[in-house]
Amino acid sequence: MMDKKNEEDGSGNPFSNLEKTSVLQEARTFNETPVNPRKCIHILSKILYMLNQGEQLGSTEATEAFFAMTKLFQSKDVTLRRLVYLGIKELAGVADDVIIVTSSLTKDMTGKEDLYRAAAIRALCCITDTTMLQAIERYMKQAIVDRSVEASAAPQLVSALHLMRSSPDVVKRWSNEAQEALNSDNVMVQYHALGLLYNIKKSDRLAVTKLVAKLTRSAPRSPYAVCMLIRTACKLMEEEDAGTESPLFDFVDSCLRHKSEMVVYEAAHAIVNMPRTSPRELAPAVSVLQLFLSSPKPTLRFAAVRTLNQVAMTHPAVVTACNLDLESLISDVNRSIATLAITTLLKTGAESSVDRLMKQISSFVNEISDEFKIVVVQAIKALCLKFPRKHGVLMNFLSSMLRDEGGLEYKASIADTIITIIEENPEAKEAGLSHLCEFIEDCEHTSLAVRILHLLGREGPKTKQPSKYIRFIYNRVILESAARCQMDSDDEVRDRATYYYNILDQQQAALNNQYILNSLQVSLVGLEKALQAYSQGPADQPFDLRSVPVAEAAPTDSRAAAPEGSIASSRKPEEKVTATRQDVFAEQLSKIPEFQQLGPLFKSSQPVELTESETEYVVQCIKHVFAHHVVLQFDCKNTLNDQLLEDVTVQLEAADGFEVVATLPCARLEYNVTNTCYTLIKLPDDLMATVGSCGATLRYVVKDCDPATGLPDTDEGYEDEYLLEEVELTVADHVQRVLKANFGAAWDEIGDQNELEDTYALSAMKTLEQAVKQISQFMGMQACERSDKVPDGKSSHTLLLSGVYRGGAEVLVRARLALSDGVTMQLTVRSTDPAVSEVIASAVG
Amino acid sequence: MRLGMPDPSLYCVKGMVILDNDGNRILTKYYDKETFPTAKEQKAFEKNLFSKTHRASAEIIMLDGLTCIYKSNVDLFFYVMGSSQENELILMTVLNCLYESVSMILRKNVEKRALLDNIDVVMLAMDEICDNGIIMEADSGAVLQRVAVRTDDIPLGEQTVAQVKARVSGLTGSVLQSAREQLKWSLLK
Repeated sequence: MMDKKNEEDGSGNPFSNLEKTSVLQEARTFNETPVNPRKCIHILSKILYMLNQGEQLGSTEATEAFFAMTKLFQSKDVTLRRLVYLGIKELAGVADDVIIVTSSLTKDMTGKEDLYRAAAIRALCCITDTTMLQAIERYMKQAIVDRSVEASAAPQLVSALHLMRSSPDVVKRWSNEAQEALNSDNVMVQYHALGLLYNIKKSDRLAVTKLVAKLTRSAPRSPYAVCMLIRTACKLMEEEDAGTESPLFDFVDSCLRHKSEMVVYEAAHAIVNMPRTSPRELAPAVSVLQLFLSSPKPTLRFAAVRTLNQVAMTHPAVVTACNLDLESLISDVNRSIATLAITTLLKTGAESSVDRLMKQISSFVNEISDEFKIVVVQAIKALCLKFPRKHGVLMNFLSSMLRDEGGLEYKASIADTIITIIEENPEAKEAGLSHLCEFIEDCEHTSLAVRILHLLGREGPKTKQPSKYIRFIYNRVILESAARCQMDSDDEVRDRATYYYNILDQQQAALNNQYILNSLQVSLVGLEKALQAYSQGPADQPFDLRSVPVAEAAPTDSRAAAPEGSIASSRKPEEKVTATRQDVFAEQLSKIPEFQQLGPLFKSSQPVELTESETEYVVQCIKHVFAHHVVLQFDCKNTLNDQLLEDVTVQLEAADGFEVVATLPCARLEYNVTNTCYTLIKLPDDLMATVGSCGATLRYVVKDCDPATGLPDTDEGYEDEYLLEEVELTVADHVQRVLKANFGAAWDEIGDQNELEDTYALSAMKTLEQAVKQISQFMGMQACERSDKVPDGKSSHTLLLSGVYRGGAEVLVRARLALSDGVTMQLTVRSTDPAVSEVIASAVG
Repeated sequence: MRLGMPDPSLYCVKGMVILDNDGNRILTKYYDKETFPTAKEQKAFEKNLFSKTHRASAEIIMLDGLTCIYKSNVDLFFYVMGSSQENELILMTVLNCLYESVSMILRKNVEKRALLDNIDVVMLAMDEICDNGIIMEADSGAVLQRVAVRTDDIPLGEQTVAQVKARVSGLTGSVLQSAREQLKWSLLK
């Protein structure tokens, strides 16, 4: 390579600083005859190198280079020809008219030269489409089973797999050839053949079952194929919900004794990931993993300790046997292995070993990647919950981690953990808050600082020395004067600053309570619609915020997030602001003329089944509550394939006071297609009468029809009916859950003029948790200030509930619960409307 | 690090990367359009990967939800990436194959200068090892044979079994062929 040497003078890399236009210019050399292989190889390498560096070619540039390249088919130089195939594959996506090389490639594919044949097949599959594929299908099939040239079988099978995405129907016809290739002696051919066969058959579970059953009896020689087979077997077991008694489990278990480490690990990993395995079934997998722990190969140690870490989450006792080996990995040069070993030990170990392990982690925590730091943080979180007494050591450790370098996700996980500890363990609160205060003094992540400031605002006033926290908050505020905030470049900052400033300026406790301490909780989509409607109509009255539907409080449960010890993938789907379920319903209902005069939708209930799930007709009911009406939405499904139902309605026997205003039938109910009919009910004015149940019957006209086509046999149908379960309207249906961040302020704000108080003995309740859950459910209200969580071991508890009643009256409930042979409850209800207090109080009884 | 069983699929390699000792890209192949849609994401990943691996020779690391297995020599760093659910040992066979193939192509002289001089063959070898994320070949001997590197001058002890076998069968094949020809001619006479 003489010319290359010359270019290298002075620079270390002959390919550095390649210029696109000049390289493409050089490609014209390809047109010269005879071809100079050495020169062309160098130029082609440059083009490929350039593309690999991320250079983009325009479609004209790519097409020109591509066509110049096709000239090189004349050359007999093997390397050059192989590079041409590579070039074709690289440019196939950008250049135009690439199918021009089909005939050259087909020639190479059927030719004598083995080295061309395989590569030509792969290049061809990159440029071919479904119609062309049919023309060359014969050669393709042949290549799969051609025993004399084994080299072409593997590339062919792989190409076939790629083609599955574009032309599945053609490739499906190759299953016999793939089956034959499965018997090949070549390990890769076996592996690829199994992959292709599975892909062809995967939608047909019976065929996959047969394939797996056959192969598990005489397992393939290729370890790769066995790994693939283990995964396929696991997938089948998962789909069939098969347990460890399945023969497939025996197969996976037998692979633990395979001679290839790769297969042994795959099998152990598979068993660990199966649901409902008992310690006895896990033990063999754990013991092979234990052997791997002392392997000289870091990858093997890593794989083993990572899998054991997973076992320790569910079955710590099974892993205890490996503790000695894990201890020796604490000083592993690979910090990931050391971290996993320690976090596993933290899960299996006793309280006494915590201090020692924490010391060891702190010696190298700075050297590991954020992913693993998060694993450590999560292990600490779990420890805090397990050993609350250790919070001092752990909290100190967390705060030092908080001070170190790290990305947002890592810092957020530490802050989350501290917040969780504060919430779960009152003793740790003061220490935790002061660590967080220190952190925001110098914090580059605004979103975290905001969250912590918010927490300080909530928790600070309840501590012994609130003034201590004011300083930290003030330190943040002082940097931004209020006047400047009102001119901030961020819309939200500006709006909020103006909003709060104006409210505070009024100096009215009621306003502060309603709009600052407890924020507005309305459906944003609903608010937008209401404002739009208001601005278009005659504005002779002030806008009534109570006409805006209230948004349901989002369920908050910090602990229900990712399972502990797992590293969530760093790429999370971005959260979109979407319309809530209720907004969707509101939109649907507003399109129906009969419902347009009802006003805004107040609340939609969860679906209630009015039939058993396996019956002829399946009916679900959703109750949409408006200011004075209820719309019952019946989602019906016909599960009989020889019947067509028409004119379907639900007939209600309304309870006293309820008045059925309209019924909207569903015109046709075909087999297996869900369709909807509605019934509109006017509610009685007396709130106490709005709770009750109505008998319901499904009425319809049946036409018998041909199961195959779904067409009715005759035009004449006959009327029939089907008894449904009763539709119940409960107190909870009329109440929307609303979260009050500061319950005390709201409680005082409402005052005691409509207060009702009574004491109840709830003899059916056995625990406080059960009582809390049932009461919240009956009343349909939101638990505030985390009062839905009953601390362990307490015999009394106060539940605080908040909600809005249909029509807009606020209602608050304080339930003092005491455990004594059943649960005794002192219930206090406050509301802006006396009738509402009465209804809510009646919900329990 | 979301654990769990991967779906049965042959697509198990997310990428192969060769960097120099400044973390600059020499050759790369990415097979996951979702994780690495453009060169921008790829290069950001490489930068992060290099900064985490160039000092410690620890062989395996988890990064951005991927399992990365690596190996370095003089001024070259070789990486193979797979999903975090992938069997690490399978990925390791791919890395070993990549490294050994390059090592044999460069006659054991695994360094940047030599690699750049033979970049054409190394590109072909990478193409033979993995095709769009499917492992094509994990035996470096077979790879070498496919990229048409003459292995005659590599001592027999360093050749893989597949290489030797291939050569022997090639030889016997041609011997048989010529014997058959001779027989044919003697029959025709």
